Amino acid sequence: MAITMKTASYKIIRDHDRCIECLVCVRQCSNGVHRWDEDYMCLVSDEAECVNCHRCVVFCPTQALNVVASPLDFKTNANWRKPDIEQIYLQAETGGTLLVGMGNDRPYPVYWDHLLLNASQVTNPSIDPLREPVELKTFIGRKPDTVHFGSEGVEGEFPPQLELDVPVMFSAMSFGSISLNAQKSLARAAVETGIYWNCGEGGLHPEVRPYADRAVVQVASGRFGVSVDYLKSGAAIEIKIGQGAKPGIGGHLPGEKVGPEVSRTRMIPLGTDAISPAPHHDIYSIEDLRQLIFSLKEATEYAKPVGVKIAAVHNVAAIASGSVRAGADFLVIDGFRGGTGAAPLRIRDNIGIPIELALAAVDSRLREEGIRNTVSLVVAGGIRNSADVVKAIALGADAVYIGTAALIALGCHMCQKCYQGKCNWGIATTNPYLTKRVNPEVGARRAANLIRAWAHEIKEMLGGMGINAIESLRGNRLHLRGIGLGPKELEILQVKAAGE
Amino acid sequence: MVVREGLARIPAGCAVAGIVDRRRQAMKADGIVTMISLMHDRSNGLGGGFAVYGCYSDMSDYYAFHLFYESSSAQTETEQFMSIYFKVEQKEPIPVRKNGLQKHAPRIWRYFVKPKVSEINEQDLSEEEYIIKTVMSINRDIPGAFVASSGKNMGAFKAVGYPEDVADFYRLEEYQGYLWLAHGRFPTNTPGWWGGAHPFTLLDWSVVHNGEISSYGANRRYLEMFGYHCGLQTDTEAITYLLDLLVRKHRLPLLTALNIFAAPFWEEIGRMDPERQRLWKVLRSVYGSALLNGPFSIIVGCSHGLIAMNDRIKLRPLVAAVNTEKVYVASEEAAIRAVCRQPDRLWTPAGGEPVLAWVEHQTSKHGSSSLCDGLVREVS
Repeated sequence: MAITMKTASYKIIRDHDRCIECLVCVRQCSNGVHRWDEDYMCLVSDEAECVNCHRCVVFCPTQALNVVASPLDFKTNANWRKPDIEQIYLQAETGGTLLVGMGNDRPYPVYWDHLLLNASQVTNPSIDPLREPVELKTFIGRKPDTVHFGSEGVEGEFPPQLELDVPVMFSAMSFGSISLNAQKSLARAAVETGIYWNCGEGGLHPEVRPYADRAVVQVASGRFGVSVDYLKSGAAIEIKIGQGAKPGIGGHLPGEKVGPEVSRTRMIPLGTDAISPAPHHDIYSIEDLRQLIFSLKEATEYAKPVGVKIAAVHNVAAIASGSVRAGADFLVIDGFRGGTGAAPLRIRDNIGIPIELALAAVDSRLREEGIRNTVSLVVAGGIRNSADVVKAIALGADAVYIGTAALIALGCHMCQKCYQGKCNWGIATTNPYLTKRVNPEVGARRAANLIRAWAHEIKEMLGGMGINAIESLRGNRLHLRGIGLGPKELEILQVKAAGE
Repeated sequence: MVVREGLARIPAGCAVAGIVDRRRQAMKADGIVTMISLMHDRSNGLGGGFAVYGCYSDMSDYYAFHLFYESSSAQTETEQFMSIYFKVEQKEPIPVRKNGLQKHAPRIWRYFVKPKVSEINEQDLSEEEYIIKTVMSINRDIPGAFVASSGKNMGAFKAVGYPEDVADFYRLEEYQGYLWLAHGRFPTNTPGWWGGAHPFTLLDWSVVHNGEISSYGANRRYLEMFGYHCGLQTDTEAITYLLDLLVRKHRLPLLTALNIFAAPFWEEIGRMDPERQRLWKVLRSVYGSALLNGPFSIIVGCSHGLIAMNDRIKLRPLVAAVNTEKVYVASEEAAIRAVCRQPDRLWTPAGGEPVLAWVEHQTSKHGSSSLCDGLVREVS
């Protein structure tokens, strides 16, 4: 009798003419797919364990391996698709909640792909970034409406700001959810490229403290790792209310991942589950949020911007407006395609709204209320490339957070099994054997390269539009046109249709 | 299809020119008309206009409203509206010459008015805000009515046509002033509407502009947060409102406002002393949405004098000259040389470097803005 009714999702194709039986595939696979069979004296593969992470394929020195989707399928049924059936098998076997890693992979519309950018022709010259400066510098923090001049220059204290050389930051990924080497790679890349990284809700490990002045430190519902020292060591503080991948629920780092290092950094006992409650138990309403914002400001002597991160849900505009009024210096809106180390599948796939619509709605609402200029808006959740960044800024963002894209730069192959702790690329794991696979030097270089490459591309797109400073694109929706969108979507995005 | 200005955004190239006599000596229109006519090929007959300061010295205590009406009902409605908020001292059609432009002309009237003090008090507004509010109400709420200018002792004369024909149409030879601005427009589409021609005015300000600002969408949405309605969808309108916001409402020194429009690059800021670096970080982070990006050369007129400026990488032409007490600015040097063959000094201002030419200080009743506060540099 089969142990499971679920069949293998992938088929491993080994070219035995090429295979030299070096066993690299065996050593590289933490899922135990490849095995040397002593009886038959040959390599065998247990395909049921394969997650299609490509590790063995990439590392095979003779290119003898390939992994393809299993050709086995169910009888065609437009309603009962393969995943629907397999998920029932799994739940019938386990009685558990289905878990997934990474962001929503359902075929919902990706609005970035329905927005087109403008370029100058004749009436307005395009600007060549190779010859003229094109500026990307961005400040994240609260801004006053106006500047008062006295005899001594600008009067009064100016609120603290994060100064970004490129309007992109690495989003919150805690030590525990990702390896220390992965976090270190991003931290170093952030320092190198003049941006910021976010340590997530996992405290600051001593080895990433040297990069803390480029860190956004997170305060989430579990309060893991939070101390005055922690708050003061970061460049900014972010209160995490929600996450795009799992709005309405908290987080869960299983005890298996809580080794000595994670235990020390999070300030929790070894081997215990680190459970972040769904709400902050000191925030049951907006006035409570204000108290936490100002507690954190008091604790850090008003020297750091304090932001609030919320998931993009249906009434996101009103929540955003309330958070600004509650004193947030920057707002982070995380869309439903935002990544995660682990989320219940039903929640990830069905809750929240696309970041493009949420961003358009929040920016418009804050403008209607005349407070958009006082706060910074950072968006996250499925930003894939520099064009997405440019479109996000044109819709109204100050900057974007990237998580998944940053991990892909470190080698992630999007197998979506982060929650298993067996990441073959050494990213979403704390297993010392695996984490060595990310060399922080190499990781930092790769992540920094990504930021530099995007910066070049952003400058070229800006120059094409005849813009030489990113702030002139912010909320400048005239540079966008919608394609293949309905009137209501265009209305929400406040974007004209292509050809208009 | 002819799209009316305000319903669409129409890119345009242009000619601009300005003259000011810093001793407030009255000048006839011939100089400015010569300047703008010489640049005939920079416009295409779809927009021309002039602004003149000092033209109504007998009525300098009154706001001079120049109105365009597309129908008699628009006129009736506007006059009824104005009678509620203003004491109308005098009203008359603006005299014109039939030279062909009249075929498509609206009704063109002018009114000399004073705001009703009781109404100002009632609404708890400054006199300036009261005027702006009234002008915006007429432009927005009365179909077919448009306020071409509303300052004291100044007026805007504009039309769809070549600038030299516009001057002839309005019989500008009958006017004198110490400051003249002119504009010839080359829109890429047919505005078909006189209100859309330049100069654009608000209170004491008048602006002529050559350019297409790529930051327009950002500037406009920023202005809307402060209650400005950018009904014309033109850069000139946005620039005028930005000046009003920064200088009048936020009380920034004029030069600071101009520097915000064409902010120094971060590279340049990096070479400044720490105090100025700090200042620029503050200004650019607070007023980033007021940065005017993309090509422009603008000339701004007001009762205190003239300002001319380019975008920060000088993507449009602008030349300035000084001859004794007169300061000239124009899109082309030839336009200046046509009226002043050998100026004392002629130069091409650098990108983002404002040219400020102020008239002699005069304790006048019509100084309606705090414009000159905090000035640090001017043409010498």
